[in-house]
Amino acid sequence: MSDRIFGVFGMLLAIGFAIAAIAIEESFLSDAVGPKAFPLIIAAILGLSSAVIALRPDPEPAWPALGRLVEIGAAAVVMILYANLLPEAGFVLSTAFAAGYLAWRLGSSPFEAVATGVGTSVGIYVIFHLVLGLSLARGPWGF
Amino acid sequence: MDTLASLGDGFAVALTWQNLGLALLGCFLGTIMGALPGLGPSNGVAILIPLAFTLGLGATPSLILLTSVYYGAMYGGRISSILLNIPGDEPAMMTCLDGHPMAKKGLAGEALSLSGIASFVGAFIATWGLIFLAPQLVKIALLFGPAEYFALFALAFMTLGGVSSTNQAKSAFAAALGIGLAMVGVDTQTGVPRFTFGEVHLYDGLDFLVAIVGLFALSEVFIFLENRHGGSEAQGKKLEIGRIYPPWSMIRQCTPTMLRTSFLGFVAGVLPGAGASLGSFISYSMEKRLVDKEGTFGTGDPRGVAAPEAGNNAAAGGALVPMLALGVPGSGTTAVLLAVLLSLNITPGPLLFSQNPDVVWGLIAALFIANFMLLAMNIPMVGLFTRVLMIPSRILMPIVAMVSFVGIYGISGSSFDLLVMIGFGVMGWLLRKFDVPLVPIILGTLLGNAMENNLRRAVTIDNGNWLTLIDSPLAIGLWLVAIVGFVLPLIVGARVKAGMRARGDEEGSTRD
Repeated sequence: MSDRIFGVFGMLLAIGFAIAAIAIEESFLSDAVGPKAFPLIIAAILGLSSAVIALRPDPEPAWPALGRLVEIGAAAVVMILYANLLPEAGFVLSTAFAAGYLAWRLGSSPFEAVATGVGTSVGIYVIFHLVLGLSLARGPWGF
Repeated sequence: MDTLASLGDGFAVALTWQNLGLALLGCFLGTIMGALPGLGPSNGVAILIPLAFTLGLGATPSLILLTSVYYGAMYGGRISSILLNIPGDEPAMMTCLDGHPMAKKGLAGEALSLSGIASFVGAFIATWGLIFLAPQLVKIALLFGPAEYFALFALAFMTLGGVSSTNQAKSAFAAALGIGLAMVGVDTQTGVPRFTFGEVHLYDGLDFLVAIVGLFALSEVFIFLENRHGGSEAQGKKLEIGRIYPPWSMIRQCTPTMLRTSFLGFVAGVLPGAGASLGSFISYSMEKRLVDKEGTFGTGDPRGVAAPEAGNNAAAGGALVPMLALGVPGSGTTAVLLAVLLSLNITPGPLLFSQNPDVVWGLIAALFIANFMLLAMNIPMVGLFTRVLMIPSRILMPIVAMVSFVGIYGISGSSFDLLVMIGFGVMGWLLRKFDVPLVPIILGTLLGNAMENNLRRAVTIDNGNWLTLIDSPLAIGLWLVAIVGFVLPLIVGARVKAGMRARGDEEGSTRD
């Protein structure tokens, strides 16, 4: 069943891609092929392969329980927050928080998670910023 | 003799303190990454590319660092195969079959050092093969016009699913998805924006480094979260090594095996759609058929350790041949290495050898040097790397995630790229669940634009005649190989995969 849904989704994606390709505004100066033809070919391959996936599905993949899906979603949300907070809060603070969260969710004890977070953050800061001179996000405190 | 002179120049390039240091660092990091289950050659190299790039390393030093990581990971994969019966990366899974039984018999040290020697022999022979074969391939490639290049790209995509692919529809889906993603941005030939939906950030197109790091590194973090796999594989097992030098008789016994499988692995690496995993698989199978008269394979036969290790390291070297000579990689990690070249504004392919000989020969010389370093690291110092196996993934995976973020942020300094990377991470996790291969997606984002440009150039030169694509014997030949490569797995794929997956990596590290 999963593969059938996946295939239908793929076909919709291909149709969307084709519509977006047809909508490309051509410039008055164009080569013999133009900017639309190749994307349309790709859309066709995408659609065809999706149709085959939907018609001849593989055995069902092992989906995780709902709780695990929530776990992955929550990790993604934390990462998105991290990406947005990075310029505001600075590298060291946001990284310590994000790394600590991941360590905690992977089964560290709270104390160990804090240690991993702070250690990762300070370690990366020292190695990549102080030693190697990579520019990292600067927060209000300059680190 | 021309070749040897160029190689001499290469050594002059490689033998600087900086390059030697980078090679040493790369070998060390690579061995660690190979040894850790969950980090393989392709995601290891993927995490390091943005770093090499933002640190402002030149083309040759970056390549030396990253190919050392690549070779190192091929060495390192065997360590956890032998000690824990868990392959550190996919090419190392055949090493479990005889390596772990040897360790159980108390011969762990011998198995490790013997496989180290086998890795060395494989990589050494393959590097010589690279030296002699790549320039020949360049001569052929110089005959290629746009139509032939288009066919060559199609061949790469159609064979990338590999002989072991069971669902070619999913490989085709992945390739089309990758090429489709490459279309995003301003069209290089006419300057019109495509698939940008008015988002200014997308006008430059999606950065393929962002896609690679997201798909390979972040998706791995999600897989670990899903399984809540926080411990280390080595927990509760004792990692006894014992004596680390194998007796001469064992080496002598294995020498013919190593030589044969190095050659076989090299060929498997050069051919499209094979790669290191298949290299070690066919090496093991062939040796089993050839020398296993007493049925000792699978019970800790040293030859069963030497065969897959020589095979996969030789295949790793062989896979560099099409990547350097044609600009078309045949495996996951070489696709990632191609990204290095492209992000440094170097176009691989036949012109690389004439325009940037210092890069090519410097790289090849560095491979030789790295190989000796790896031999030195992997035999006397193997105990150090076995300690690495004790690091639990609840500490390792946050570090992997954060280093990925740092690398990508370092390139552009924009949160938008980080968001795109997270998107790719989630997508990578989802696609892995569906068993869709990720490597064609990467290759699509890398080569999609070049493929389209060649198509348009070919058709434009011939005044809009599309039949020009199958006009020359060379192009027709390439198309035939492509079609055979696409259809063959439909017939034999299930069988090959069953053999390889018998010892699959549970955490599903990316295929190579």
